[in-house]
Amino acid sequence: MRYAATPGKRWASGFGHFLVLAAFVVFTAFPFYWMLITTFKSTLDLVNTSSNPFLFNLPPTLDNLRVLFFDTQYIRWVLNTLLVGFIVVVITLLLAVPAGYSLARLSGHWGKQLAIGIFLTYLIPPTILFIPFSRIVGWLGLQDSLWSLILVYPSFTVPFCTWLMMGFFKAVPKDIEEAAMMDGLSRFGAFWKVVVPLSSAGILTIVIFTLTLVMQEFIYALTFITSSSQYTVSVGVPTFLVRGDVYFWGSLMGACLIVSLPIAVLYNFFVDRFVAGFTVGAVK
Amino acid sequence: MNSPRSAAAAPIAREPTLTERDTALGRWMLAPALVYIALLVGFPFLLSMYYSLSNATVGNTHLQFAGLDNFRQIVQDGTFWRSMRNTLVFTIVSQVLVVILGKILAMALYNDFRGKWLVRLLILLPWVAPISLGTIGWLWIFDPVYSIINWTLRALGLIGPDTWPIWLGQPDLAMISIVLVDVWRLLPLATVIILAGLSGIPQDIHDAAHMDGAGFWRHLLRINIPLVMPIMLVALLFGIVFTFTDMIIVYVLTRGGPFDSTQVLASLAFFTGVPGGDLAQGAAISLFLFPLLVAVVILLLTIARRAEVT
Repeated sequence: MRYAATPGKRWASGFGHFLVLAAFVVFTAFPFYWMLITTFKSTLDLVNTSSNPFLFNLPPTLDNLRVLFFDTQYIRWVLNTLLVGFIVVVITLLLAVPAGYSLARLSGHWGKQLAIGIFLTYLIPPTILFIPFSRIVGWLGLQDSLWSLILVYPSFTVPFCTWLMMGFFKAVPKDIEEAAMMDGLSRFGAFWKVVVPLSSAGILTIVIFTLTLVMQEFIYALTFITSSSQYTVSVGVPTFLVRGDVYFWGSLMGACLIVSLPIAVLYNFFVDRFVAGFTVGAVK
Repeated sequence: MNSPRSAAAAPIAREPTLTERDTALGRWMLAPALVYIALLVGFPFLLSMYYSLSNATVGNTHLQFAGLDNFRQIVQDGTFWRSMRNTLVFTIVSQVLVVILGKILAMALYNDFRGKWLVRLLILLPWVAPISLGTIGWLWIFDPVYSIINWTLRALGLIGPDTWPIWLGQPDLAMISIVLVDVWRLLPLATVIILAGLSGIPQDIHDAAHMDGAGFWRHLLRINIPLVMPIMLVALLFGIVFTFTDMIIVYVLTRGGPFDSTQVLASLAFFTGVPGGDLAQGAAISLFLFPLLVAVVILLLTIARRAEVT
């Protein structure tokens, strides 16, 4: 944009810039806009193919949301997801925060290799592990229970969060800990009372990140869970609400939108840290 | 980037002096995470390899060693090769599109403008929303009767009154639809990663190029793309891993149909192993995903090492 010399050229380049961005925004956001419109349309309006689908041809209605909240198990699924999310966040914090500190400060030369190794386990996908897991979950008697998810989800949240925490801890100046230890704190005391509070932004990041991953997980929940009352949102909606030939599109779109938007807004605040974590290992 | 400095400073810099107590504490702090990862990633992975060489099904409890029988059966199965081809087409086409579009979008987002945070939020939506739910939005967009795409095309006069594409019901269109949704989903991730790379180029370089009278294209080809190349490769590698191993989009949109024309390795492994109950074959199919992952990991490590050396 800095190449435009004359005002006319500058205006043209600005307009081109606007067009490019507008095209991309339409592509990325249109499905969500479409969910929003559909949620509040009456079924009669949805199935009338002769009217303009972009407009409300009949007055907007809350019927679809009423069906979603009172005639399906949607609320149950949201609560299941939040419960699993909360416990997985606790487990992830307990494992990843000390491990990240250990890799950042206490493990000398082999720390970096080990850290990269841990990060790479994040790349082993659920699609390779779900079959053995289905057996393991059976051995432990956890089939069809939310506890199976609570057990398995940290296997992908811990590697990435350990890696992120290591990055955050490395950014804390060493002098601060050394000063705290001079004042009589042990190494662990310095970690717990000084370094952890200083890294609260990092901890918040991995909380959000873990929650997002739990919300998005699909394959394990689809494999382990069979009764509808134990579903999480990401599996309950596509398997239980999308059934047979009768689709309740209004309720379905509402179900997707209500979960997606809050996560999107939360995540938006943390995306830069997330990207830094993704690229720190590979590119300086 | 840090190497000239660190190489010069290395002899002066204090070696981290770790006492024995520190090292022991370090091990204790690291052990729980390592044990968890070993038990819940390492062990299932080994188990998966074992199953692929056995006759495991959902019902039987006495496993027998079956050698390479499962693999022999798989490579004789036309569906497997079809899924392999679909997986490769799906991954390559979508990732080429993602990198090109991601680069364009990152450049458009590079300069500040009013309302940038809102634009960024809207562009991030597909990556942030749960994949299965976002894909249901597309299921409705591709609906055979009420497809908004068809309605719009017809209203604009782009398709005649006799054509009515069934997006998820015709083999070619189904594959196009799946690629489209995958591009939609991974474009935001690639964009933010490339944007981070662009922001890492020092302003001096842009200024120097400007002073030398480099035009837009010259600047793009000689400065912008070469300097962002490593980070674009990172975005590409993550995209490849996420696409190659994904089954959610296929599961929600087509369940592999019509006639397995959109079946990919991950979804085939799922349908064979879980609803089909043949754990051994499912495990064997899913292990075909592994060589590619190894290749990606080696590339990532090479890039990391090169970034340290230069």
